[in-house]
Amino acid sequence: MSEKFEVTNDYKFGFKTPEHYHFKGGVGLTKEVVEEISRMKEEPQWMLEFRLRALEVFQSKPMPQWGLDLSQIEFDKIHYYVRATDRTNDSWDDVPQDIRDTFDKLGIPEAERKFLAGMGAQFESEVVYHNLKEKWTELGVVFLDTDTALKKYPEMFRKYFATIVPPEDNKFAALNSAVWSGGTFIYVPPGVKVDIPLQAYFRINAESMGQFERTLIVADEGADIHYVEGCTAPIYAKHSLHAAVVEIVALKGARIQYTTVQNWSSNVYNLVTKRAVAHEDATMIWVDGNLGSYKTMKYPSVYMVGKGARADILSLALASTNQEQDAGGKVIHAAPNTTSTITSKSVSLNGGRASYRGLVKIHKNATGSKTNVQCDALILDDHSISDTYPYIEVENSDSYVEHEASVSKVSEEQLFYLASRGIPEEEARSMIVSGFVDAIVRELPMEYAVEMNRLIELQMEGSVG
Amino acid sequence: MSNLLEISNLHAGVEGKEILKGLNLSIPEGEVHVIMGPNGSGKSTLANVIMGHPAYEVASGHIEFGGEDLLDLATDERARVGVFLSFQSPTALPGISLLQLLRKATTMVLGDEAPDTAMEMMTEVNEARELTGLPEHLLTRSANDGFSGGEKKKGEIIQMAMLKPKLVILDEIDSGLDIDAVKAVSRGINALREQGRSFLIITHYQRILNYVKPDRVHVVSDGQIIRSGDHTLAHELEEVGYEQVEVAR
Repeated sequence: MSEKFEVTNDYKFGFKTPEHYHFKGGVGLTKEVVEEISRMKEEPQWMLEFRLRALEVFQSKPMPQWGLDLSQIEFDKIHYYVRATDRTNDSWDDVPQDIRDTFDKLGIPEAERKFLAGMGAQFESEVVYHNLKEKWTELGVVFLDTDTALKKYPEMFRKYFATIVPPEDNKFAALNSAVWSGGTFIYVPPGVKVDIPLQAYFRINAESMGQFERTLIVADEGADIHYVEGCTAPIYAKHSLHAAVVEIVALKGARIQYTTVQNWSSNVYNLVTKRAVAHEDATMIWVDGNLGSYKTMKYPSVYMVGKGARADILSLALASTNQEQDAGGKVIHAAPNTTSTITSKSVSLNGGRASYRGLVKIHKNATGSKTNVQCDALILDDHSISDTYPYIEVENSDSYVEHEASVSKVSEEQLFYLASRGIPEEEARSMIVSGFVDAIVRELPMEYAVEMNRLIELQMEGSVG
Repeated sequence: MSNLLEISNLHAGVEGKEILKGLNLSIPEGEVHVIMGPNGSGKSTLANVIMGHPAYEVASGHIEFGGEDLLDLATDERARVGVFLSFQSPTALPGISLLQLLRKATTMVLGDEAPDTAMEMMTEVNEARELTGLPEHLLTRSANDGFSGGEKKKGEIIQMAMLKPKLVILDEIDSGLDIDAVKAVSRGINALREQGRSFLIITHYQRILNYVKPDRVHVVSDGQIIRSGDHTLAHELEEVGYEQVEVAR
């Protein structure tokens, strides 16, 4: 007797909403598309010019010749702009029903009620829902979608926009600069400490559409903020492209933590440029968890330009079947007595490939600087791969550099030990992986830590042949 | 009394090499049996085969546990029907604390009988912990990772106490322990023994038998039990040594 198996889509968030788009740009990228985006958004002339300059940079730059193979991306078959609704909503009731349904499936309203101080939820290319608790508004905290911020705070916007990641930085930053839409803008005034994390969810939903959000966060002197983004996306047959740019400015004595839980579905190219500048005595913390996507290339970086600045990068990557995670971080010590740590934990299983790629650069003038890099890899089976590419450049002689790397495998003895305690192999592996990544997961806000552990368990399901 | 464990004509080995050569052993419910023998005689192989270590192959013979064919069950299933192995060298579990391990293991093994709340759990764990004298802070550190030999063994005894097994196999529980640790571990064993559980104590030395009095002592040599007797056999071994016992067989 043969058993009948039902084919199921095991990606938990792989549902899709029927598309009712207000405007859906045609496929392909031309000057006309860029002009149309800018016109629809009623942008100032300088932004249009910026976009067109970026388009030229994008078209003239070759594809990166290092890292992952990206030759399969078909730039001509991507929708560069999709707008789901006419306007941004302040109230949940004003959000169109099918979009609300999608968010309901992701559990966002509950999450908001319980945990969020304010939330920008990006569905498609524009933010449709935005809510900032009155308290922060009174303190002068600006938490908006990036398009609205350009209109409401034009001077502040222009002062910082593209100063940290110019279009010339790399091909995908140029692409984003040409067609960016949505994203989050945050400004925290001097001395203001926002004690509850600000959060946003991102979600790609149109087949073959790119998502090019642009985030800009400025913490003024002595300000303190924690921003959290989580990503999930539905499954489609064609490969989607996510090329975001995130720019962060931590002014003197400010502290910024930026936490990402990336769980794109397994067809998404996730090519994101994230960079922060930390001024005197400022602290920048990146917590970057990469669980999903087809191919990710992401190296959050911190330029420490003021003396006494500090950078902490915690990177977590989990690569399963057909996934390549090329993740890590970059720290640039460009001022004296600056301190940095990079902690990377990568897990590869079921044929996945997880790599650590990191750069530590200590400039000549950055005397008395300290850096500690710790990268650990866990490989769960014989057909999965882990690579490490650490680059360290030190130009002075009185800085302190520490680098440690480890590669471990789940051993038969560990599995036997746990089995002898009544724990089946699949759950035992999942416990070992959770234990391995614990140092990073514990840095997440509680509900994200719970979600991260659940995502890891989902990834581990069926991993025992 | 019926036999909890019934091993008959067991042939087993590792990497193609036969180590157990027709071993027979019966342990009735509630009894404490000791297996003694020189290094390489097959003591640890027996422990691993009963628990189902994947590296060991059973060529022939039977192991019945409470009337069930133990060899049909996977290792985790053996644990759930009530077999517990205290390891000679418990492996390090980076990132998994003893407390996390106990939470998961009690849920898997005891099901509805597992402690319901975190509070209940802590109370029970602390009772077991105090019995052995393991420092409290080690409960939340990675299990067996950087633990001393004695701390590892105490961790095993805490797990034994929490999982309420029907049969406890102690593989060289007293090796590498100082006398206080041997006493502490023995207190744990005696407490469980009073609850009517069966024990198979595998040991190279007689030390622990000063604190735990066995019902039966077996001498194993070259993969077979060559002699069995009451607790006085252990003293005899101490005086004359294994070689004399082997010669006398």
